[in-house]
Amino acid sequence: MLVKKRGYFGKFGGCFVPEVLVPALKELEEAYFSLRKEESFKKELNYYLKNYAGRPTPLYRARNFSRSLGEVKVYLKREDLLHTGAHKLNNTLGQVLLAKKMGKNRIIAETGAGQHGVATATACALLEIECLIYMGEEDVRRQSLNVLRMKTLGAKVKKVKSGSQTLKDAVNEALRDWVTNVKTTFYVLGSVVGPHPYPVMVREFQAVIGREAKKQIIREEKRMPDYLIACVGGGSNSIGLFHPFFKEKTHFIGVEAGGLGLNTTKHAATLVKGKRGILHGALSYLLQDKNGQIRPTYSIAPGLDYPGVGPELSYYKEIKRAKFVSVTDKEALRGFFLLSKTEGIIPALESAHAIAYAKKISSLLQNKLVIINLSGRGDKDMHIIEKYF
Amino acid sequence: MNRIDKTFLDLKKRGEKALITFISSGDPNPLKSEEIVFTLEKAGANIIELGIPFSDPIADGPTIQSSSQRALSENINIKKVFQMVRRIRKRSEIPLILLTYFNPIYQFSPREFILQAKRAGVDGLIIPDLPPEEAKELQVISDKEELDLILLISPNSSKGRIKIISQLSRGFIYVVSVTGITGARKEVPYPIKKVILRIREFTDKPLCLGFGMSTPEQVKVVKDWVEGIIVGSALIKIIEKNLENQNLLKEIEKFVIKLKRPLSSGNKITGEP
Repeated sequence: MLVKKRGYFGKFGGCFVPEVLVPALKELEEAYFSLRKEESFKKELNYYLKNYAGRPTPLYRARNFSRSLGEVKVYLKREDLLHTGAHKLNNTLGQVLLAKKMGKNRIIAETGAGQHGVATATACALLEIECLIYMGEEDVRRQSLNVLRMKTLGAKVKKVKSGSQTLKDAVNEALRDWVTNVKTTFYVLGSVVGPHPYPVMVREFQAVIGREAKKQIIREEKRMPDYLIACVGGGSNSIGLFHPFFKEKTHFIGVEAGGLGLNTTKHAATLVKGKRGILHGALSYLLQDKNGQIRPTYSIAPGLDYPGVGPELSYYKEIKRAKFVSVTDKEALRGFFLLSKTEGIIPALESAHAIAYAKKISSLLQNKLVIINLSGRGDKDMHIIEKYF
Repeated sequence: MNRIDKTFLDLKKRGEKALITFISSGDPNPLKSEEIVFTLEKAGANIIELGIPFSDPIADGPTIQSSSQRALSENINIKKVFQMVRRIRKRSEIPLILLTYFNPIYQFSPREFILQAKRAGVDGLIIPDLPPEEAKELQVISDKEELDLILLISPNSSKGRIKIISQLSRGFIYVVSVTGITGARKEVPYPIKKVILRIREFTDKPLCLGFGMSTPEQVKVVKDWVEGIIVGSALIKIIEKNLENQNLLKEIEKFVIKLKRPLSSGNKITGEP
C-alpha cells in the first residue's frame, strides 16, 4: 500500500490535516497545477495584476536613504504602491481567480492585521464572489479601520473569540469552517504557510515581486544585487522576492519581529528562536513551549505577529541559503521614521523591520547593491505610532 | 490478543456494540479525570479515549476546545497523562486510547511517546491531524510495539483512500460521521450509511462512528451499521455543566447508562443499579 508524501521542502512542509481536508487539498493541488500552465489563466491573472492592481511596481533607487547608510546603493521594491497598499493582492487575485475556475461559490480567509483580509475582500468584490473573513477579536479591536474597509468591500467579518484571539486563532477558525463547508468553499490562505499546496502556490503568486525586481535591477545596474532584505512574518513577501534569485549569488536576509527583545517572551522571531514542529498543516519552525503548546507571540507590527513561518523559509534556514535575524520594536520604529523622513515614504511597520536591519548592518553593506522589499505602506499603522510623538 | 481486539470480540459474542467515550485528561482536574474514567467503565463504556490537550485543536468544536483549555490550565502534559494511565491500569483493564494532535507527540519524540505509552498500559492512539501520508514513520514504530494506530475515514474520502486507510488502521476504523468538526448534534447523518457500506467492501475490521453522536435516539438509528459509537462533546458538556457539582459522577453515570442501553443485547446492562 503506497501513499506518497507530498509538498516537502527538504524536511519541511507536508500535509498534516484531518482526513476530511485531504480530498479538498488534492482537488486544489490538481486544479492549481493544471491551471497555472494554462495560457488563458495566466493571461487573465496578468491582466488584473497590470490593469487593476498596478503591476509592475517600481524598483526605486532610494538615494537619500542610501546616503544615511553611507556608501550603499539601496533600491526599494515598491509593493506599497500595489492596490490596497501591500503585496497581499498578488496572492488573493491569483487564489480567488482559481476558486472561480474551480466552481467554488464561497471564499473564506483569515486575517491578522487585516491586510490579507482587505486584499481578499477586494479580489472577491472584483470577481463577484461571496466572502467571509475570520479575524481574532483582539485584532478586530486593534485594526478597526481595516474591518471597516472589508465591510465596505462587501465582505462579512467574523470575530474569533477562541484562544489568543489573534491570527493563529483566525487560521484555526477558518480551517474549521473549511472542514465543515469543504465542498462549496475555497480557503484563501494569506501567506506561504499551511498544508501543501498552499506554501508553493502562494510563493508562486508572490514570486512576481522577485521576477520583476530581477529584470528591473538588471536594467538599472546591469548586475545582480548583493543583498535582498525583507521582513518575515509568515514569509510571503520575503520568499516572493527571494525565490527568483535562488540560483544567484545574492545574499538573502529575512528580518523577524524581535518585539520587546529575544530574551523576553514578547516577540515573534520564529526562525531565530523557534523549534521545529507542526502547526496549521505543515512542519516548520514554531514558537512553542517544551510540551509542544503554541506560544502567544507579540510584535508592534501586526502582520508579523504569528508563531509559525513558511516551510520553504525553514528550508532556506536549514540549507543556509538565507540568514534570519530580528529587530526589536524600537529599532523598527527608528527605521519607520528614518525612511519616512529621508524619502517621503511611510513604510508599513512590518516593512520597517527590513529598513531598520539595513540601517543596523550598514557598515557591512558599504559599496553593496541592496534591494529591500517595501512590502506595504504605513497608513494603516498611524494609530499605533501615535503614542511615539 | 490486545485489549481492543479482545473487547470487540467479547462484545460480538454477546451481540453488543461498543460505547467509546472521550474525555480530556485533566478536565476538570487530573484527580477528577481518573474518577470519571472509573465511572464511565462502571456505567458501561467499553473503551476510553483520553485526550491530551493541544493549544490549537483544528478538528474540534467549541466544547472540546474549552475542555482542552481547562485541561491546559491544569498544566496537563504527556508525562502526566502517562502517570494517570499507570494509575488507572492498577485498577482496570478497560482499553485506553490516547487522542492528541501531532505537535505534542513530535516534541516529545514519536518513538519515546509510543514506547512509554505502551509501557504505561495504553492500547491505541488517534492523531486527527496525521493522515496516512504523514503517518508512515510513526506506524512502523507503533506496529513494532503493538500499539494500535487508529486512522480516520471521513464522508468525502475517496474509494482509493478508504481502501488504503482501512488496511492501515489498527484496532478499529474511526468513521467520521460528518464533514465537520467535533460537537454534539441532534440529527442522524444518514448519508454516512452509504460510506459505511463502502468501507465494508474493503475490510472486516470493526467500524466505530464518531463526531456528533450525543443521544440514545441517534444511537438507536446507527447502532446496526457499526461495531461501536464514539461520544465526546456530549459527555464533556455534562462535565462542563457540573464543574462545581458534587453529583458530577452521578450525572455522567446516568448519561452513559442511557447511551449504552440501545447498544446492549438483552436487558442486562453492566453497571445499572
